[in-house]
Amino acid sequence: MLIFDYSRPGRRAHAQSPASRDDVQLAPELLRDDDLVLPEVSELDVVRHYTRLSQLNFSIDTHFYPLGSCTMKYNPRACNALAMLPGYLARHPLAPPATGQMFLGCMFELQEILRNVTGMDAVSLAPMAGAQGEFAGVAMIRAYHDARGDSGRREIIVPDAAHGTNPATATMCGYTVREVPTDSDGNVDVDSLRAVVGPQTAGLMLTNPSTLGVFERTIETIREIVHGAGGLLYYDGANLNAILGRVRPGDMGFDVIHINLHKTFSTPHGGGGPGAGPVGVNERLKPFLPIPVVERVDDAYVLVDENERPQTMGRLSAFMGNPGVLLRAYIYARMLGRDGMRRVADFATLNANYLMAKLVKAGFEVAYPRRHASHEFIITLRGLKNDTGVTAMDFAKRLLDKGFHAPTTYFPLLVPECLLIEPTETESKQTLDAFAAAMTEILEEARSDPELVKRAPHTMPVRRLDDVRAARKLDLRWKAS
Amino acid sequence: MPFNPHTEEDVREMLAECGVERIDSLFDEIPQSLSSEPRSTIPDGLSEMEISRHMHDGAYRDGAYLNFIGAGAYEHHIPAAVWQIATRGEFYSAYTPYQAEASQGTLQLLYEYQSMMCSLTGLDVTNASLYDGASALAEAVLMAVRSHKSAARRVLLPVALHPAYRMTVRTIVANQGIELVEIPYDAESGSTLVSSVKDRLNEDIAALIVVQPNFFGVLEDVNALTDLAHEAGIAVIACVNPMPLALLKPPGKWGADGADIAVGEGQPLGVPLASGGPYFGFLACRQAIVRQMPGRLVGRTVDLDGKPGFTLTLQAREQHIRRSKATSNICTNQGLVVTAATIYLSLLGAEGLRRVAARSHANASALTDKLSSISGVERRFGGEFFHETVLTLPAPCKAVCDALCAEGIVAGYDLSDAYPELGNSLLVCATETKTDADLRRYADSMARVVAAI
Repeated sequence: MLIFDYSRPGRRAHAQSPASRDDVQLAPELLRDDDLVLPEVSELDVVRHYTRLSQLNFSIDTHFYPLGSCTMKYNPRACNALAMLPGYLARHPLAPPATGQMFLGCMFELQEILRNVTGMDAVSLAPMAGAQGEFAGVAMIRAYHDARGDSGRREIIVPDAAHGTNPATATMCGYTVREVPTDSDGNVDVDSLRAVVGPQTAGLMLTNPSTLGVFERTIETIREIVHGAGGLLYYDGANLNAILGRVRPGDMGFDVIHINLHKTFSTPHGGGGPGAGPVGVNERLKPFLPIPVVERVDDAYVLVDENERPQTMGRLSAFMGNPGVLLRAYIYARMLGRDGMRRVADFATLNANYLMAKLVKAGFEVAYPRRHASHEFIITLRGLKNDTGVTAMDFAKRLLDKGFHAPTTYFPLLVPECLLIEPTETESKQTLDAFAAAMTEILEEARSDPELVKRAPHTMPVRRLDDVRAARKLDLRWKAS
Repeated sequence: MPFNPHTEEDVREMLAECGVERIDSLFDEIPQSLSSEPRSTIPDGLSEMEISRHMHDGAYRDGAYLNFIGAGAYEHHIPAAVWQIATRGEFYSAYTPYQAEASQGTLQLLYEYQSMMCSLTGLDVTNASLYDGASALAEAVLMAVRSHKSAARRVLLPVALHPAYRMTVRTIVANQGIELVEIPYDAESGSTLVSSVKDRLNEDIAALIVVQPNFFGVLEDVNALTDLAHEAGIAVIACVNPMPLALLKPPGKWGADGADIAVGEGQPLGVPLASGGPYFGFLACRQAIVRQMPGRLVGRTVDLDGKPGFTLTLQAREQHIRRSKATSNICTNQGLVVTAATIYLSLLGAEGLRRVAARSHANASALTDKLSSISGVERRFGGEFFHETVLTLPAPCKAVCDALCAEGIVAGYDLSDAYPELGNSLLVCATETKTDADLRRYADSMARVVAAI
C-alpha cells in the first residue's frame, strides 16, 4: 500500500500545523487552485506506514552488508545523537560566526585531522559527495593549468577499472577522457600509460588501492610518468579505508584528493546519501580550493569566501556543503583518535584477507590470486556460469535469501561475473564465517539445483523485478484515479 | 579501535588462516618508502562519554538565538516523528537501493516522494533528489542546454537570484562553454525587469531562470516571464521555494504552457537549518525531457509473479553505465533527507502545508509592519512579498546586527556585500514558528538599537 491509499478526505495530523488558515491577500493570478494532492492521513498512519516500509530494507544495522567499494561499516549511534543536539540543528547557515564557534571549531579541527591523515597541505570540506569532490578536484587541476597559461592540456587519463564517476567528472570539467588498461596482476599498465601521456595531459585520476582490491605497487613510477609530462595526480579516496594511517596519498605524490566521509569516516549512507567528499590539495593547488573554507583568525573561527580566495574554483552549494555529515565524521574521528585510525586499515585488511582465504578454500576463484587483498577482493564466477548457467546476479540474489546483503556485482567491469566483497573492520570473525558458509551452500546449490539459485530470491518482499518494463512503461508517480 | 569486535584469539586464528604471522605482513605490497605513522597532531581517541560531554558543552556554548534570517534556508516546525523515523537504522544505514528486492522500503518511499513533488510543482516527473537547491539549479541549466532543440548555450539568470546560487551555477557549468547572462531587477519593485528580459531574447539563448519568490522575497510575474520566453522558443527553469508553493501557482501552470523544469531547495520540508545542511535539491520536469534528467529515478513495475514493486530505472543515463557520456557525474542523492521530507509532507498534508505557508506570510507581514514603523526603517521594495522582505536601515547593517546578536536575536541577512547598490539593506524573514511575542521582542530591540546608533 502507498501512503496515498490510506487517505480519507479531511483526515489530518492536527498537531502539526496552525489551528486555522490565515487569510492571504496576494495577486490572484499568482495563486494556485486547490489542486495540491498530498496524503490525507493521521499521525499514526504516517508513523506506522513508514516504520513498516523501513522494515522492508536491508541495512547495516540489520544485516551484514559486504558491498565492495562502499565501505558499509557500523555507523556509531553517538555520531548521530550528538550531531542532532538542538544547539547544532537550530543554527542558521548565515548567522554570524559568533553564534557557532563550537560548530566552526569542529569543522576547523576536521580539516586539520583530514589534512594530517592524508598528508595534504590544505583541505576544503565543501563538496557534498564523492562525485562533487571529484568535480572540485578536476576543476582545480584545470584552474591550475589555466592560471599558468598552460591551456593546451585537454585530456584526463583514467584507468579502465575506475569508478564511472571519474570519466563522467572529467567530461563535466570540459576534458576528453583517455583510458589506460590494467595488466594481468591488476596494476595500471605502465607502458600504456607512458604511451598516452604528453603535453596534452592535464592529469591522471587514480584509486589506490584500486577498484580491483589491490595496491598500485608501481605508484612511484606512475607519479614520475605523469609529473614528468607536466600533468597532476588525482587521488580518488573511495578506498582510503584500506590504508588509513598506514600510507598517505600526499606521501604517494598525489596533488589533489577527495575523501568519502560516508565510507572511511562512517557517516551513514542513508539509502543513497547525503555523503560528503572533502578535497585535500598540496601547496600549489591551495589557492583554487572550493569555498567556503574555515580559518582561525585571532582565536575565532570564520568562513572565508571568494573575497579572501579570489582564485577559488568556485562554490558547490548554497551554504557550506553538508555540515551535519561533517559533524558526524568529526565525532567519529575524535572517537577513533590517532591509534584507532590506523587500526581501521589493519582490521579492514585482516577481515578481507581472512574472508578471501576462507572462500578460496571453499572453491571460489579469486580474480587476482597472486595478490594480497586490500580491504576488498574480487571473486569471479565465470567457471560456475559456464558449468551451471548460474550468474553473479543469481548468486547475489540467493545471498539475500540467506540473510546477507549482496556484494557489489558486475563492477569492476573488467572481471567477468564478479562479486566485489568488502567486509569492513567492524564485522566479527563469526559473521565472516557465517557469510563464507552461506556462499559455500549457494555454490553447492548452484551445482545440484541451479534453478533454485536462478529464481532467487524466494524470501524477500518481492521476487525479481521487471526492469525492462520499468524503463519502457515509465511509472514514476502515483496519480489520483 | 572502538568499533572492532576482534578478541586476541580471533586475530590469531584469522592470521593463521591468511598464512601470515602479523597484520603488517598483509601490507607488504606497499613500498616501504611510502609507509608512514599517523601524525602526532591527531588527538587521542575519546570514549562515548567523553565526546558526548564535549559536544553537549559546545552546543550549549553556541547558544540558542531567535532567528530572522531566511535567504535560502527557512526555520519551520519539524514534527518529532520526522527524524525519529528517518534515523531508524533500516533507513539510516542502508545503501543506495541497487538490490531492489532488499530495498523496497527506500524505493517505495522515493516513489511516494516523487509523487508528492510532482503535485507540489505541477510537473510530470521528479527525480529522487540532488545535493541542494543551488547545485540542482546548475544541473537544470545543463539539462536545459542539452535538451534545447538548437545549439544555443546562453542562459538568462536574474540578479534577484540568490548570490550563492549564481556562483554555484557558474562554478558547475563554466567549463562546459555555457554563458550566463544576468538580468537586472527593477529598483522600485524588486522584481526582475520584464523589459530587460525582452531585450535579451534571441536565438542564442537556451533558457531563462525564473525565481519565485525571488531572493528579496518579492513575487515575480511568473506568467508573463514564462510566456515571453516560450514565445521566443526558450525553455523556462523555475527556481522555487517549496513551502510557498502550497499557496502559489505551481511552475507547471505558469503562463500558457508552464515551466519546463522546476528546481529548488527542499530544506523547508522538514529539514533543520543545521548550519547549512545536509539539505536536498529537487528537480522536476515535463515528461518529454525525462531522459535528459540527471540523478536517480524510481519506477513502479512488477515482479516475476506480477506483484507490484519498485526499482531504480532509466539507469542508462547515469555515470555507472554511461561513464564519460552520462547526463551528470552525480552518484548519490540525498536519500536520508528525502526520507525526512516525505514523512514531513505526509504529516502536513495539503491543508497543513497551506496553513504553515499562510501563517509564515502573515507573520512576515506583521513583522514588516512593526519594523517599518520604526523611524528610519523602511521597506526597500514595493512589490508583493511572501515570507521575507528587504528593509533599509538608518545605520550600517553590520553594526545593527551585531547589537541585536548581543541580545540573542539573529536579525537578518546583510545585503551590503552582495548588493552594495542597496545601501544599508537587511533581508528579514519570519515563518510560522514566530509568536506575536517574538515579533514584538524583535521590533522593540530594533527600535532601541537604531535609536542608539
